[in-house]
Amino acid sequence: MTTGRETTRRTAPAEADTPYVSPRERAARLLTGRPARWTFAAVLAVALIYAPFYFVPFRNFQLTLVLVYAVALLGLNLLVGYSGQISLGHGAFFAIGAYATAILMYRGLVPYPVTLVVAAVLCFALGFALGVPALRLRGLYLAVVTLSIGLFLQPFLKRFGSLTGGAMGLTIPKPEPPAWSGLAPDQWLYFLALLVAAVTFALVWCLMRSRVGRALLAIRENETAAEVMGVRLAFYKTFAFAWSAMLAGIAGAVYTWVIGFVSPDSFTIVLSITLLAGIVVGGLGSMSGAVFGALFVEFVPSVSQDVNEAAPGIIFGLLIIVVMFAAPTGFAGLLRRLLAVRK
Amino acid sequence: MAEFIQQVVQGLGSGAIYASLALALSLIYRFTGIVNLAQGEMAMFSTYIAWQLVHAGMSFWLALPLTLLISFAGGALIERIIIRPVEGAPELTIVIVTVGLFVFVNAAAGFIWSFLIKSFPNPFPDGALNVGGVQFDFGTLGVLGVVAVVMGVLYLLFQYTKLGLGMRAVAQDPASARLAGIRVGRMLALGWGLAATAGALSGILVAPLLFLDPNLMSGVLIYAIAAATLGGFDSPIGVVVGGLIVGVAETLAGAYIGFIGSDLKIGVPLVIIIVVLLLRPQGLFGRPTVERA
Repeated sequence: MTTGRETTRRTAPAEADTPYVSPRERAARLLTGRPARWTFAAVLAVALIYAPFYFVPFRNFQLTLVLVYAVALLGLNLLVGYSGQISLGHGAFFAIGAYATAILMYRGLVPYPVTLVVAAVLCFALGFALGVPALRLRGLYLAVVTLSIGLFLQPFLKRFGSLTGGAMGLTIPKPEPPAWSGLAPDQWLYFLALLVAAVTFALVWCLMRSRVGRALLAIRENETAAEVMGVRLAFYKTFAFAWSAMLAGIAGAVYTWVIGFVSPDSFTIVLSITLLAGIVVGGLGSMSGAVFGALFVEFVPSVSQDVNEAAPGIIFGLLIIVVMFAAPTGFAGLLRRLLAVRK
Repeated sequence: MAEFIQQVVQGLGSGAIYASLALALSLIYRFTGIVNLAQGEMAMFSTYIAWQLVHAGMSFWLALPLTLLISFAGGALIERIIIRPVEGAPELTIVIVTVGLFVFVNAAAGFIWSFLIKSFPNPFPDGALNVGGVQFDFGTLGVLGVVAVVMGVLYLLFQYTKLGLGMRAVAQDPASARLAGIRVGRMLALGWGLAATAGALSGILVAPLLFLDPNLMSGVLIYAIAAATLGGFDSPIGVVVGGLIVGVAETLAGAYIGFIGSDLKIGVPLVIIIVVLLLRPQGLFGRPTVERA
């Protein structure tokens, strides 16, 4: 999208023979041009910082979870949306990050910010380890293997009860706001999650604009062509897997901080599938897709659960199918298409 | 020794159930080259239909054929409405659509019948046949018998009828089959219908053992996928043999490897899937796919 617009701008003659611009196009340019984007980003940043002072604690809690899911979906998007691999077991990495943090905090081994690093490193290593066999498992088989990993994790967590607290799970104290900040606990947790989300989004944004990002996009579009162009398939696909797992693990760590409790029942296969549903509906292959997806993941169940226990599943299931039929780039893609400049 | 044989017999019983769902997976795979991740959920839904019919006062042996018929129609309908529009789309798209179907069918069953567990009537009599100190449950024997009959019927259908010939032609090469005057779309719908029927049978067989709830088949699906992977997705004999091997391996691992016990048994299919995919991706009986880059 961006490149297309920039090309037009560069080649457009500056003098007298200005080409005709339709009112619709002018409006669209106003909405999507660079000044508009910066304004939008600034407004968004202010709103994000102001939000926890405006909402009640419960709403802040929900928004914090949206940020957590956004980080996890950012990772899943890297894998599914950018490198064209699938994972039906991403909830497992999320859970491993959450449990690593919970165990470290429960035993009081390290101060809580360190747990995030441990979760990230652990999940990066595990993702890398899984990424190597994943190279040989294309599409469907990868779906199968990751699905069974997602299913396997729950009994596994219950089995090693001495470490994980078994079926009862672990309850840990949430991080307290430092005195200098003067923030309420829910606000502090919100800002922690916001900081993590901002850093990870910035990292991935830079990553996608680097050599790595271009290589991943080339692989997604056409593996053979990418290989011929000198992209090392094995390296980049494993890399995408490891990064994706790491982001899920980071999200899991923040999740533990926010909830203060982990149990095997929080990380069933439903979580993995919900994450996939979120990124598909939110928008594969775009950064904003992760944010829209996170809003879906958090708010669709909490709003529709009142109607019926099964309602979130029905909505997600239908949405996944409809989105794949009608708008494969999800909500983000739809929005972009609405705002896009018509040539 | 008798104890060991007893375990093997038990393993064969559960293996036969995995085999019947694996057979359904393999049917669809042969026709369309996709693994239907929603197969287990479709089977679970069929099982609920059977439960509803029995609950409404119908005898089990009348409810069974009716359920199979409904499942057949349902499977064909799903192919028509949900799978046909993404035919020929990238693998990732189709996998995601079947995941959507998985979520939807699971929630729909919960919506209609609630998430509370229900007991399902066991069609086979209690008791067992005693042969040299080894107990052959009538239930296990019944399951093995039913799966053998289904295998036989499918074999006859594919090998000796004109319809079966048409279906095999479509499985081999849809384009050529179409040129030869075969209604490819109809055959695909038929394939999905048959798969749904085979799946329904596995759901009905497993429900008396596990209790009926919307998550009945999610575990069974993994075993069935392991069975199909082990035997080779494109070989009907292979998936049945694979199913039996997986069933026995799982039972023996649960009984004799203390570390695994009954909690971690679900790790067995996972290990089987990964090892087979790494060492012999086409499975024991499958044909390797040759790809033109």
